[in-house]
Amino acid sequence: MLNAYDILETIRMIQNECLDIRTITMGISLLDCVDENIDKACDKVYEKITRCAGKLVEVAEGISKEFGIPIINKRISVTPVAIISAACKCSPTKFALAMDRAAKAVGVDLIGGYSALVQKGFSAGDLELIQSIPEALSLTDKVCSSVNVGSTKTGINLDACKLMGKIVKECAEKTVDNACFGAAKLVVFCNAVDDNPFMAGAFHGVGEPDVMINVGVSGPGVVRAALAKYPDANITEVADIIKKTSFKITRMGQLVGVTASKRLGVPFGIVDLSLAPTPAVGDSVAHILEEIGLERCGTHGTTAALALLNDAVKKGGVMACSSIGGLSGAFIPVSEDAGMIDAAKSGCLTIEKLEAMTAVCSVGLDMIVVPGDTTAETIAAIIADEAAIGMVNTKTTAVRIIPAVGKKVGEELDWGGLFGCGPVMPLKSESPARFIDRGGQIPAPMHSLKN
Amino acid sequence: MRAIITVIGHDAVGILAKVSTRCSEFNANVIEVTQSVLQDMFAMIMLVDISKLNKPFAELSDSLAELGNSMGLSVHTMHEDVFNSMHHV
Repeated sequence: MLNAYDILETIRMIQNECLDIRTITMGISLLDCVDENIDKACDKVYEKITRCAGKLVEVAEGISKEFGIPIINKRISVTPVAIISAACKCSPTKFALAMDRAAKAVGVDLIGGYSALVQKGFSAGDLELIQSIPEALSLTDKVCSSVNVGSTKTGINLDACKLMGKIVKECAEKTVDNACFGAAKLVVFCNAVDDNPFMAGAFHGVGEPDVMINVGVSGPGVVRAALAKYPDANITEVADIIKKTSFKITRMGQLVGVTASKRLGVPFGIVDLSLAPTPAVGDSVAHILEEIGLERCGTHGTTAALALLNDAVKKGGVMACSSIGGLSGAFIPVSEDAGMIDAAKSGCLTIEKLEAMTAVCSVGLDMIVVPGDTTAETIAAIIADEAAIGMVNTKTTAVRIIPAVGKKVGEELDWGGLFGCGPVMPLKSESPARFIDRGGQIPAPMHSLKN
Repeated sequence: MRAIITVIGHDAVGILAKVSTRCSEFNANVIEVTQSVLQDMFAMIMLVDISKLNKPFAELSDSLAELGNSMGLSVHTMHEDVFNSMHHV
């Protein structure tokens, strides 16, 4: 039977501690939309997306009202478009426009899957898609793009890293009037996952069912508030408190996912057990680390505290839902986290420390603003570094950095909303060009003799 | 199907009466009420049956929130499943 304490705790989590469902993401396979004629293929894509997701927003809003829990974003992920567009043998920008139109027609916030998987090399359609990304992202509002350049099984495609360095820069340059926002909608992955509900990296893997529902939860504020009640607990107790809180947060995700799947008549996929921050006050992962006992996020001890947080979130969440997946872990996007923004502005949080943090948490160097004069080779080298961490540690890593065209360290880019604002962070000025220009494939790592 | 209505705010005359009148207008049957007053803070939790509502649940929820606003109270109406799934394994 329910007791008053439990009821009031739930109300408090939602009202005061920013507990919410970050996203309900509908994954839609586009494999049946392939056509040699690009206009016909785009019509099929538009028709399938609007048919499958027509009721998504209405159902999500109904659930939000009924359960009294905010559902912040409704999203769609589709099969990596390079697979669909390969048959057309031309620039696939029209697919991005069709996706954008479909997303607007059904009223979702974002649509992901303008993607290519090139971890071992470029197949038909991949190069055309990657080269069209800057144009596609500048012409659309809702479309998000991702490229997978490496994996533990295949190693890292250094040619793809080099190309992506250039593409990231072009994305920023093409959207300079919109605070370089194009680059914020593009993620470069290593070990990308097929069922990720979070943007900008969501796509619907080829092994997934035709249509399905994935849910991403949030709730850094709830974890911080729970820890604040025990300032003197030892670190084992801290891990326990995080586990218990994560369990409760994840139960919400499971309930919402199962209900949405039933009402939409679509199978339920996974809950992504992620602590996803927003720039709102009290919704910060950095503030959890500070609550654990760091004066400021980014100082010595940050990696250890984050490792504990990330692990405890998963342990608590695993039992709370039928199936977990996606990226599952604590996110550390700099511009989307009030505590990270402050730490970066103060100089305590640097890109080197962020890189170390990505070795123990989900996902990677995320929403980091770098100087506008950063070379394409330096961006490519950052991508290669981050992919190496993912490859060796058998985890997903990603790079989503935004070159702030015309800006220098000390200035900032501001997008507002969920994307927040980010200070321009300093990078090394020495060139990695000769390394990047070598091209080729970094071989996959050993899986024995671990050290 | 049952829902839980929580009412929190400064104590005043007629809170219980007004909330239960609004429930009856929607044909929501009140099953159980617990309330406490600590100093002048009022907290009430109401369990109501919503299986025979004469209007959509969302309208009941909005209507109660509006009633709360007009009285300076915070009123939340949530499906019982939310609490059951969060607090029971």
